[in-house]
Amino acid sequence: MTQATNELVKLTAADMAAEIKSGEVSSRELVDAHLEVIEAAEPSIKAFLKVSGDVAREQADAFDAKSADEKAQLPELAGVPIAIKDMIVTKGIETTAASKILEGWIPPYDATVIEKLKAAGMPILGKTNLDEFAQGSSTEHSAYQTTHNPWDTERVPGGSGGGSASAVAAFEAPLALGTDTGGSIRQPGALTGTVGVKPTYGGVSRFGAIAMASSLDQIGPVSRTVLDSALLQEIIGGHDRRDSTSIPEGPRPMVAAAREGAKRDLKGMKVGLVKELGGDGFQPGVQARFNEAVKKLEEMGAEVVEVSCPHFEYSLGAYYIIMPSEVSSNLARYDGMRYGLRVMPPTGVPQTAANMMAYTREAGFGDEVKRRIILGTYALSAGYYDAWYGSAQKVRTLIIRDFENAFKQADVLVAPTSPSTAFKFGEKMDDPLAMYMNDIATIPANLAGVPAMSIPAGLSDDGLPVGFQFIAPQQRDEVMYKPAAALEAALEEDWGGPIWQSMKTPWLNAAE
Amino acid sequence: MPTFTREEIEHLGDLARIALTDEEITRLQGELNVIADSINKVQEVASDDVPPTANPIPLEAYLRPDVAETPLTQAEALSGAPKTEAGMFVAPRILGSEE
Repeated sequence: MTQATNELVKLTAADMAAEIKSGEVSSRELVDAHLEVIEAAEPSIKAFLKVSGDVAREQADAFDAKSADEKAQLPELAGVPIAIKDMIVTKGIETTAASKILEGWIPPYDATVIEKLKAAGMPILGKTNLDEFAQGSSTEHSAYQTTHNPWDTERVPGGSGGGSASAVAAFEAPLALGTDTGGSIRQPGALTGTVGVKPTYGGVSRFGAIAMASSLDQIGPVSRTVLDSALLQEIIGGHDRRDSTSIPEGPRPMVAAAREGAKRDLKGMKVGLVKELGGDGFQPGVQARFNEAVKKLEEMGAEVVEVSCPHFEYSLGAYYIIMPSEVSSNLARYDGMRYGLRVMPPTGVPQTAANMMAYTREAGFGDEVKRRIILGTYALSAGYYDAWYGSAQKVRTLIIRDFENAFKQADVLVAPTSPSTAFKFGEKMDDPLAMYMNDIATIPANLAGVPAMSIPAGLSDDGLPVGFQFIAPQQRDEVMYKPAAALEAALEEDWGGPIWQSMKTPWLNAAE
Repeated sequence: MPTFTREEIEHLGDLARIALTDEEITRLQGELNVIADSINKVQEVASDDVPPTANPIPLEAYLRPDVAETPLTQAEALSGAPKTEAGMFVAPRILGSEE
């Protein structure tokens, strides 16, 4: 790999955009540089299920061929390439949700967010790995491959969006899209030292996001800097009449808030420390980096107050009722009729449509997906509906009220993103509950529909990244971008540069 | 408190249209009982005076303007199907059974 490629892919997306604007680099050169890194990195990282190099080059050339006037009409990130979690449908590019049941499926349409990226002139590098149908917290539940954490390739990148997070951390892409149902953007962000944002529910269209749990799912940005996420969220956000839960308003002023935050003045801002998220069950190194970061916020003028959210202890239970219920309903569409896998019953079993469905779904779904479908089918069945599903929906109300009370005392809430740093492959695969605990601090935001983001807070004692989470009130996503950008700037000053300076990247030096 | 019996999991497999193997049923029984234990506590605080939430951001339902649009073509809609014939999806036998 040449020194120039090496330096180019390490730029922030905003800086890449600036170099495109000044004519120092073309979109095609950026695409080629990233494809080169992908080729070098993939044997050890395995972030991508599909690399769409030809498509990306074509899109880059089309952008480069535009006139200066045409380019001036496009968003700031125009020409900068991006990777897409394989949970989002892309016309003409195989989309599998990392499931065997969708192997080989070529969608005949684009998700709304993909249409927006195409309109913005942003080339699509490929589709990234995930836990099957976004169900998991380590990306080990992918039916195709395990993605490795660039900080330590013996460890998981988190999940479900481990592919997008690893691709961005390993410089295979400057930006990516993820989906977050219980933490699938934020927790991988924490474990890979990247930035991950779950927007307000309804802030980004879900049209074309493969449905997992529709009342919780949200598409959001994955990046290496807070400003890059803000720029991307403004592109993908806004109303879409093809999503009935889409908020009928434009994106919030997140870029301005991130730029304001970089000035590192937080005077007048009240930061709420969520008492219930931290302490017991959180790795000491995670807690230590978190506490130091809170001190930084104080040094920049923020007033830190402790807030209590007493019903958060019920959030994991409510989540593991509501989410599987919606999963069992949403995944009923994989019936071997209109798309995807079809497996006929073995001889001796009547060759009926119902039996075909049962054998198709048995062969096409992995263990975790089956577990959740069965649990959800139970939760929605007559006789148990009130005790479980009804109760979980009430807990959801209580958690929303906890947030409302907390936001009377603070402008923005903070907590560690994940209780631990990246763990080793196989460590939690035999214990579903231990795996579910990874999302203890991220789930409340999904249940309440509030926006939340994770940014790197430094390295734990084990040398692995720690995530710091900001949570803002509904439809006020910009409120978390300001302190996040301020904290990022303050921490990077201490570290003498971005967190990834401490990461070894043999794949970048391989061909030097 | 719910406990999952073998028969119950087989029944749920039928309802969910998944032909679970014997080994899967055994494993699911153990796992689901542990998971059920931990999520059962939601009932502790779900009192009658708390209203349920389905959508955290309630919006008024609206209809799109009544303007004709071009949907997927027939060829596009059929493009991912396991089996098609004369512009239609082909399904295995649905009615009538020798069972």
